[in-house]
Amino acid sequence: MLETIWFILWALLWAMFFILDGFDLGVGCLLPVLARDESERRLMYNAAGPFWDGNEVWLIAAGGVTFAAFPKAYAVMFSALYAPLLLLLFALIFRAVSFEFRSKVAHVAWRSLWDGIHFCVNLAACILLGVAFANLFKGIAVDAQGVFHGTLLSLLNTYGLAGGAFFLCMFILHGAIWLAIKTRGNLQTRAVATAFFVWPIMLLLLVAFLALTAMHTNLFANYLAMPALFALPCLALAGLILVRILLREGRLWAAWGSSALFILCVTFFGVAGMFPGMIISSLDAAATVTVFNGASSPLTLKIMLAVALIMVPIVLAYQCWTYRLFSSPVTHEDLKDDHAY
Amino acid sequence: MDAVLLSRLQFAVAVFFHFIFVPLTLGLSLILAWMETRYVRTGDAFWKKQVQFWGKLFIINFTLGVVTGITLEFQFGTNWSRYSQYVGDIFGSLLAIEATVAFFLESTFLAVWHFGWNRVGKKMHLLSIWLVAIAGNISALWIILANGFMQHPVGYAVNAQAGRAELTSFLDVISNGYAWGMYAHTVLAAWALGGFFVLGVSAWHLLRKSHTEFFRRSFRMVAPYTLILTLLVALAGDLQGKNVAQYQPAKLAALESHWNTTKNAPFYVLALPDEEGEGNFIEALAIPDLLSWISYGDANAEVKGLKDFPKEDRPPVLPTFLSFRVMVALGGLFVLLALWAALSSRKNEPSPVLLKALVWNIPLPYIALMLGWAVAEIGRQPWIVYGLMRTSDAVSPVPAPTIAMSLGAFIAVYSLLGVLDIYLLRKYAIQGPEAREG
Repeated sequence: MLETIWFILWALLWAMFFILDGFDLGVGCLLPVLARDESERRLMYNAAGPFWDGNEVWLIAAGGVTFAAFPKAYAVMFSALYAPLLLLLFALIFRAVSFEFRSKVAHVAWRSLWDGIHFCVNLAACILLGVAFANLFKGIAVDAQGVFHGTLLSLLNTYGLAGGAFFLCMFILHGAIWLAIKTRGNLQTRAVATAFFVWPIMLLLLVAFLALTAMHTNLFANYLAMPALFALPCLALAGLILVRILLREGRLWAAWGSSALFILCVTFFGVAGMFPGMIISSLDAAATVTVFNGASSPLTLKIMLAVALIMVPIVLAYQCWTYRLFSSPVTHEDLKDDHAY
Repeated sequence: MDAVLLSRLQFAVAVFFHFIFVPLTLGLSLILAWMETRYVRTGDAFWKKQVQFWGKLFIINFTLGVVTGITLEFQFGTNWSRYSQYVGDIFGSLLAIEATVAFFLESTFLAVWHFGWNRVGKKMHLLSIWLVAIAGNISALWIILANGFMQHPVGYAVNAQAGRAELTSFLDVISNGYAWGMYAHTVLAAWALGGFFVLGVSAWHLLRKSHTEFFRRSFRMVAPYTLILTLLVALAGDLQGKNVAQYQPAKLAALESHWNTTKNAPFYVLALPDEEGEGNFIEALAIPDLLSWISYGDANAEVKGLKDFPKEDRPPVLPTFLSFRVMVALGGLFVLLALWAALSSRKNEPSPVLLKALVWNIPLPYIALMLGWAVAEIGRQPWIVYGLMRTSDAVSPVPAPTIAMSLGAFIAVYSLLGVLDIYLLRKYAIQGPEAREG
């Protein structure tokens, strides 16, 4: 029971990371597409300005919780996904550095260099997260000793690549809506248009991903055993449809919330299919790290549960407060501030 | 090279590079909080200018600290998966608590502080920087509690059936005296480094007579504070030495290059270890009984020599010994330098020799802190968890060429970041308080 609660919390932390860091990764992917000049580029950086750092901590929290609650899953997951994980971390390093360093030197070449880097690493991070999680849904070639018998290329299989495309599109949609919230004028108009443009692609990818999931993975076994779980993909679809309706009505915050719901349900869709597996072995069912054989001792799980139940709501409370504090759109006037990116 | 050595090198690169940024974050955040408190109390815009100048340097430094910290958390999984499985029950929870209790707070309120000058009230803004400073220092506590478990494991039992160590007492783990001793020594050293950084940059401007009034006041504010800290660092180091003597006798013997078990052990001012010959090439200027006394607070105490440890349980002597000696020598230098600065801080024109020394001193506290970690980590070898798990049993089953590639990537990326960091810090430090971004 304790293990199952932790499994749900584990999935929730990853979902929080996707929802929160997802939009600033998406905004980064849109940088060369939407910004037409220097001040628009700066508006885009500042739209994610006060948020990206706090958002990224959800990755640390998700990683830390994987380590604390499921040390064996943590060990196998990150040693098997060695190359993609390190690539992701390097991408996140350059993402952070491009935010901070770009504005520090007023030289065109310096700034366009960082713009290029910013775009590439955001793109790479979105795709890598998708590839990694799709492969986790599908199962990876690990043996009972936790040794990975594949390569980076073997992770780029059909389903893995579909996952990469899916996550990329999901974060771009999420980011476009965020940008629409945080900007006004031409940039906002273009952000909304982008969201409308991406939406049918997202819908198509969702259908394709569900079909590929049926073909390439075993996730639906849990759904057939417990049909109530079908609520998750249905809710994901509902969230996505709501995004379009709310965008039509111009209710941007609500549309962003629906997009968040979509991401949450997509994460839980995959994770519910994996249960009780955490690192599913494609070589040998006995080598699968499950919630039960991979969990920490009951004492650790209890202590960590107390920590999580106290701290996560506190964190959510003060992060909500900062979102409200910085909720107003970034204007050209704000760019004159000495502290703006 | 094998996977163990490559993984150790990679971790060393990653952790040392991370630790270029951490101590300044810990030390400077506190000074910023102190300056902003002055601003809010007095309403004097001069202190706001101080906060904004040092704050800009702080932000550049902070960013790199954050991003290089993220890779560390995941390296336990990527490169040390056997270790992670074996002690994750205890070790993992400490890292997770660090993230949820401290790191969220630090990152979130840093944004409020950085972007909030015109959005929140003065007091809220002040609270933000205090939260950043406190959270950063709490963050360090959890990390060092985790490292403390590797140095002196407590509060666990080995579950042979599950093949791992499991938590038996969380209270024991978080009240680990060894870890608290490390924490005090490390954090005080980081605060002192912050002081020396402010002194060094101020001295640079005072030498050039640029913004003299501005930097004279930051100098004056920080000099006595730095002096007190250098003394406290030495005191905490002495106390931690006694912890090492008690819990890690092999490390103690290695850092003093002490080979034969003796009572009334002397301290050699000059020594050079000879690992092959199990002795010292040079042993000169003995101070009688001093080693026994600094280790146990008793001149007659017996200090166990390296020869009484099986060869496979001894740490590498030369690097441990040299790191320790140089660290202690630097610590002594810092006390003298800070004393001189503190005595000169009321003068209108401190001696140019002192100012030059302070500028050249900027990198030295960093080196001293790194050496301190080298003593702690190399001196713990061959164990990853002292007495419980060997480093050679801890590594991931990842092929050596893969690790060699990632090590190369770490070195390339981090060198680039290091160059950029120094370039930008220099640029903004030299521009002085009138600097504007863009």
